Amino acid sequence: MILNKILKNTLLIVATCLILSACASTKKVSDIGGQIKDDVYVGEDTVEYLASGVPDRVFFATNESVLTTRSRDTLRKQATWLRENPNISIVIEGHADERGTREYNLALGERRANAAKDYLMTYGVSADRISVISYGKERPVDSGSNPLAWSKNRRSVSVKAN
Amino acid sequence: MKFFKIIILTIFFQSQAYALIEVDITRGNLNPLPIAVSPLFSNNDSNVKFEKIVKVNNVGHEISKIVENNLRQTGLFNPLEKDAFLQESEIAHLKPRFEDWNLIKAQALITGKVEIKDEKLRVEFRLWDVLAAKEMLALAFTTVPTNWRRVGHIITDKIYERLTGEKGYFDTRIIYVAEEGPKTQRIKKLAIMDQDGFNVKYLTLGNELVLTPRFNPTNQMITYLSYFRNLPRVYLLDIETGVQEVVGDFPGMTFAPRFSPDGKKIIMSFATGGNSDIYTMDLENRIVERITNHPSIDTSPSYSPDGKFICFNSDRSGYQQIYVMKNDGSNVKRISFGKGLYGTPVWSPRGDLIAFTKLHKGKFYIGVMRTDGSGERLLTENFYQEAPSWSPNGRVLIFYRETETNEKGEGFSAKLWSIDLTGYNERQVPTKTDASDPSWSSLLSN
Repeated sequence: MILNKILKNTLLIVATCLILSACASTKKVSDIGGQIKDDVYVGEDTVEYLASGVPDRVFFATNESVLTTRSRDTLRKQATWLRENPNISIVIEGHADERGTREYNLALGERRANAAKDYLMTYGVSADRISVISYGKERPVDSGSNPLAWSKNRRSVSVKAN
Repeated sequence: MKFFKIIILTIFFQSQAYALIEVDITRGNLNPLPIAVSPLFSNNDSNVKFEKIVKVNNVGHEISKIVENNLRQTGLFNPLEKDAFLQESEIAHLKPRFEDWNLIKAQALITGKVEIKDEKLRVEFRLWDVLAAKEMLALAFTTVPTNWRRVGHIITDKIYERLTGEKGYFDTRIIYVAEEGPKTQRIKKLAIMDQDGFNVKYLTLGNELVLTPRFNPTNQMITYLSYFRNLPRVYLLDIETGVQEVVGDFPGMTFAPRFSPDGKKIIMSFATGGNSDIYTMDLENRIVERITNHPSIDTSPSYSPDGKFICFNSDRSGYQQIYVMKNDGSNVKRISFGKGLYGTPVWSPRGDLIAFTKLHKGKFYIGVMRTDGSGERLLTENFYQEAPSWSPNGRVLIFYRETETNEKGEGFSAKLWSIDLTGYNERQVPTKTDASDPSWSSLLSN
């Protein structure tokens, strides 16, 4: 009986803890909208689709052009779609956030667009179907000056060219 | 330049034991020199002719206002209220009553005379040391009447030079990018104006994105980045004729252009396959040379004034830092070692300093360091600012600053600012629209 009671109490405490921590973490998540992981945007707000289930963009960490697991997943979907639609060409637009000097950001955007292009090529899309253009920080999707807006703007976007 | 003929009226070599006024521009000046700018005298006949030609009345008065404004903007001079002036401008120019000017605490006095003769504007002016009761400078020149604003700037240049011992920066222009519209769809045009914000002209219509215009230090050419036909390339534009051409035949983006000090080459970045390197193109024979060859981003190149060295921005260490190399790309040395990221290095026309943008802990700074990286000095801190450009005498930096926006994206603006090398005298440079990427011209006349 006593043991039972102790167990019950413990369970209650554990449950309370869980609820509390859930609350705490919910609060923390809502601070950044739950949309940034390791400095990379993981939300859906700005994402458009090239075809059903084929997102058009991938996101980057500050000053980085490394593709995340999630980005590689998105690009494999783009590659599959491009292989299924051999007549379609794309332009990959590389972008940076506003927290960098203009000229460096132009170079960074070009590097990001090429990271995406290279990945598509390793999945069988030929180089002549992909052109790249860097806009640096010139074409943000979110005009806010906050970490979430900046994370949405650090992106490369595949756009149908024909 | 060809419109000006400068004649030295009289030069008094000062052999006296006492020193005449000198203004020290190497330190922040908390006691600007009280100076009286007497309106330049112009007679009725000249005023009528002038008004007919340029639709401005009382030319002498207007020119003196330009001089006054220029002097005030330097922070080194305190132009006195004209209401307090006791002596008529015509007589003051011939023989100032120094006691009168002394009474209103003027230490220096500028007097002058303008007339329109045979469709030409003839100006003469004098600078006087009130305490020593001596003439310090007297010059006269003629020009076409439509150049009347430049007359004010040239007078300021001569006075600044006489009092500080260094060349002025008033008869100069600023090329910049005029901005309008929401942040996500900014419309950008090339614009040019006088250093004091007057005579704004737009050089492109805003149909394509344009960025980072820079003057040729030797003539009226500019180089800039244009997204014409969605191909970001470096262009060359003659602002006198409006003729423009793409620079070089590169298969990818070219950007971050600047002229060499002799104006004969363009140095820029070329990006391909995710890598940006620095190239030059000779404008006479069109020969392209590769200067850096590194898998990192190499950009924002700027020559030393003797053309022998290049400073540039690279992330070869992992983050944006400033490097210096010989003009052939050899002897690459990193010079920035402070905390934070460094970008947009630009070599001073005096040769001794490199101005830069620094990003540290979420703040942007404009600063200067010696060309070996020592003596770093941060001049100004803000939410966002970058891209300093030197005045031709290397005493003032112009740059642009952007404001923070709220979550709805409201409150955004981009403006030009200037600051003295001393870190004092920070001022917004007036522009009609939002503005960014300023570049300062050389002196138009010498």
